Amino acid sequence: MVSETQDALVEIDALTFQRDDRLIYDGMTGSIPRGRITAVVGPSGTGKTTLLRLIGGQLKPTRGEVRYAGEAVHRLSRDALFRLRARMGMLFQSGALFTELSVFENVAFPLRVHTDLDEELIRFVVLMKLEAVGLRGAAELMPQALSGGMQRRVALARAIALDPEMIMYDEPFVGQDPIGLGMLLSLIKELNQALGLTSIVVSHDLKETLSIADHVFMIANQRLAFVGSPAAMEASDDPLVQQFLSGGRDGPVAFHYPGPRFQDQIR
Amino acid sequence: MMDWVARLGRGSLDRIAVLGRATVMLAQAIFGRSQVGVSWRLTLAQVHAVGVLSLSIILVSGLFIGMVLALQGYTILVDYGSEQALGQMVALSLARELGPVVTALLFAGRAGSALTAEIGLMKATEQLASLEMIGVDPLRRVIAPRFWAGCISLPILSIIFVAIGCLGGALVGIVWLGVDAGSFWANMQSATDFGADIMNGVIKSIVFGVVVTWIAVFQGYDLEPTAAGIARATTKTVVYASLAVLGLDFFLTAVMFGEL
Repeated sequence: MVSETQDALVEIDALTFQRDDRLIYDGMTGSIPRGRITAVVGPSGTGKTTLLRLIGGQLKPTRGEVRYAGEAVHRLSRDALFRLRARMGMLFQSGALFTELSVFENVAFPLRVHTDLDEELIRFVVLMKLEAVGLRGAAELMPQALSGGMQRRVALARAIALDPEMIMYDEPFVGQDPIGLGMLLSLIKELNQALGLTSIVVSHDLKETLSIADHVFMIANQRLAFVGSPAAMEASDDPLVQQFLSGGRDGPVAFHYPGPRFQDQIR
Repeated sequence: MMDWVARLGRGSLDRIAVLGRATVMLAQAIFGRSQVGVSWRLTLAQVHAVGVLSLSIILVSGLFIGMVLALQGYTILVDYGSEQALGQMVALSLARELGPVVTALLFAGRAGSALTAEIGLMKATEQLASLEMIGVDPLRRVIAPRFWAGCISLPILSIIFVAIGCLGGALVGIVWLGVDAGSFWANMQSATDFGADIMNGVIKSIVFGVVVTWIAVFQGYDLEPTAAGIARATTKTVVYASLAVLGLDFFLTAVMFGEL
């Protein structure tokens, strides 16, 4: 545990975040180790995606801070923040491809903005990235011509175009067929091992995510409910963790959104 | 009563906050760092999208407004036997008022709403967020080119509107109603001053261009990324931009022609 903290790429320090009147995190502390796959899991609405947005500096903490490689993200200037983001890749839930650009141009986009590579080299890199996600043949298509799962794979190719040091995956497995899912799983694993990437995977597909993760971050009730390896998570006797793993309806995490008693409301 | 005062206060504060956000957005879009070559190319593409593609509606409206002006003007002028002044009346109404104002209103409906919806959809589909995460400032990449394109296009469209309106007026006045062509054009030329009439009209349309496009891009950038949010923002663009144009027009006219 100590060595992990020392080699943390992302450090979350007493993070409190509030959206409108709702408290999402209340003094959460933790760290994401470099070069590993960290799974961020937890019940819906606990702010897993919010965590990714805080790391990427798209949201600012209410109190506390998120440090990336030692730098407090929300204190960076606008220019420094954009430079930092060029070192991260993010795969959005929807894919978020640019609809007016072809698949090829979508993947080429980060290269064109951030590098001075000539056209031939860009072509080479883009085709290599598309080959990695199995969509080299679709290079000339427009994103709308692809299925949701394929769009996500193009988005992954775009996210790794600049060979970032960290990739954040926001629900990468949603809407994937079993083949696409298996491919994505092995791709995340391979990228992590071959390139020494740090990966953060936010997902509800617990079994799949835990099968590739080295490290689990479980968020529930505004705090970190569990940190450790997938094996330790399964062995944990914390009722919260157990409820989450077994999918139990009753337990520390309420199934019902807070409200008046049913009997009182229908009277 | 206290409730009413509190609501008024909260409403005013909200409005001021929106104005502040809009100003910050515009400042960051205009004054941020960017690659000049790339911005120029993006702006040119947007001039095509908001300007060139608005040409047809501007041409048709300009033609008809010129024709109607001539028709209405003639029926009044002929009573005083001064139908030769028709050219002057048509040209002055168009250059000073109708050209800039009607073009801006049409532009708000045609291009402004499209800008809001486009930027809004980019926001709803996380394209703006993904630009940010790629390390590209969407304000520079998406907002600035669209803003500049609107500011460039509207004055040009307005000049085209005035020109085609004069032709429409001539068509009705000379060809249909039989006003003498020589006096129509000569009167128009002698009565229209380049500085006072044409340039003041152009200045108006530059102001309208800035305001209408600013409202449109801000509404798109600031909207709530849902279907209803996009619909609301598009409506707001057209309503706010139209009201702003009409209000500003009164103010500018008072300054330019009202000896204020």
